[in-house]
Amino acid sequence: MIGKVEGTYNKAFENVIRLRIMSILMVNEQYDFNSFKEILEVTDGNLASHLRNLENAEYIFVQKTFAGRKPLTNYSATPAGKRAFQSHLDFLENLINQNKV
Amino acid sequence: MRKPEQELAEIKSMMERSTRFLSLSGLAGVLAGIYAFVGAGIAYYWIYFPASTYGKETVQINRAELQVNLLAVALVVLVLAIGTAYLLSQQKSQRNSQQFWSPASKRFLLALFIPVISGGLFSFALIHQSAYELIAPATLIFYGLGLINASHFTLGEIKNLGIGQLFLGILAAFFPDFGLIYWAIGFGILHVIYGSMMYYKHDR
Repeated sequence: MIGKVEGTYNKAFENVIRLRIMSILMVNEQYDFNSFKEILEVTDGNLASHLRNLENAEYIFVQKTFAGRKPLTNYSATPAGKRAFQSHLDFLENLINQNKV
Repeated sequence: MRKPEQELAEIKSMMERSTRFLSLSGLAGVLAGIYAFVGAGIAYYWIYFPASTYGKETVQINRAELQVNLLAVALVVLVLAIGTAYLLSQQKSQRNSQQFWSPASKRFLLALFIPVISGGLFSFALIHQSAYELIAPATLIFYGLGLINASHFTLGEIKNLGIGQLFLGILAAFFPDFGLIYWAIGFGILHVIYGSMMYYKHDR
């Protein structure tokens, strides 16, 4: 059966690192740069560029603070980011369901 | 584009790993149960021997020396249990190449220890008020609540373990003469049962 799949496939989440970042921010109120680096096992530069990419799309926002003397950069998902990711999720789920029929 | 099934599995695994502390060692639970059981055995011997029956009028915990000894045993059991859990969980996280100190593990510890430390302080107040028969129920209830609270941030078995402790604690509050026995069942036997379940399911 070929029909219109509900939800939208979002290019912003095509990259697996960005997909993972967004998955984490869907279930964590905020997450900091170093914790991202550890869980995703990526280099600083790589991570920073993906985060900037999502920031430019206004899917996440950045909050720079200090933990003692160390700079701490926290990220959280914006409402627009959550909607976009949810829509991406819906698309994937509907695609699977359609293929089953 | 990757397969949508893979994509969803990826998303789910990231959500789990970023919110849950998955390195909690089952083996540590089994060992904690054994320490608690031995500790309860020693306490039982000191309190009830040679009268050796449980029930009313047999307990005389008002002797200062016995109090100090019981507190010492409790402290040794506590330190051994927490130390073992710390070491074995750290090993497990290394083995699975997961981070031990993560936002998830911190949230887990906070969720567990706010009720547990409150329970500890509350128990000291009970000693102060000479309400010894309520110590076993109080520790079981607060620990059970801590586990249920922390279960959102770790392996799911913890929730049932918490419900078990809570149930035993409430029973112990109604039947305080058997407090030590409920305590041994909760901190000893339940730990061994759930620890081995977690060990077979997640550790190997």
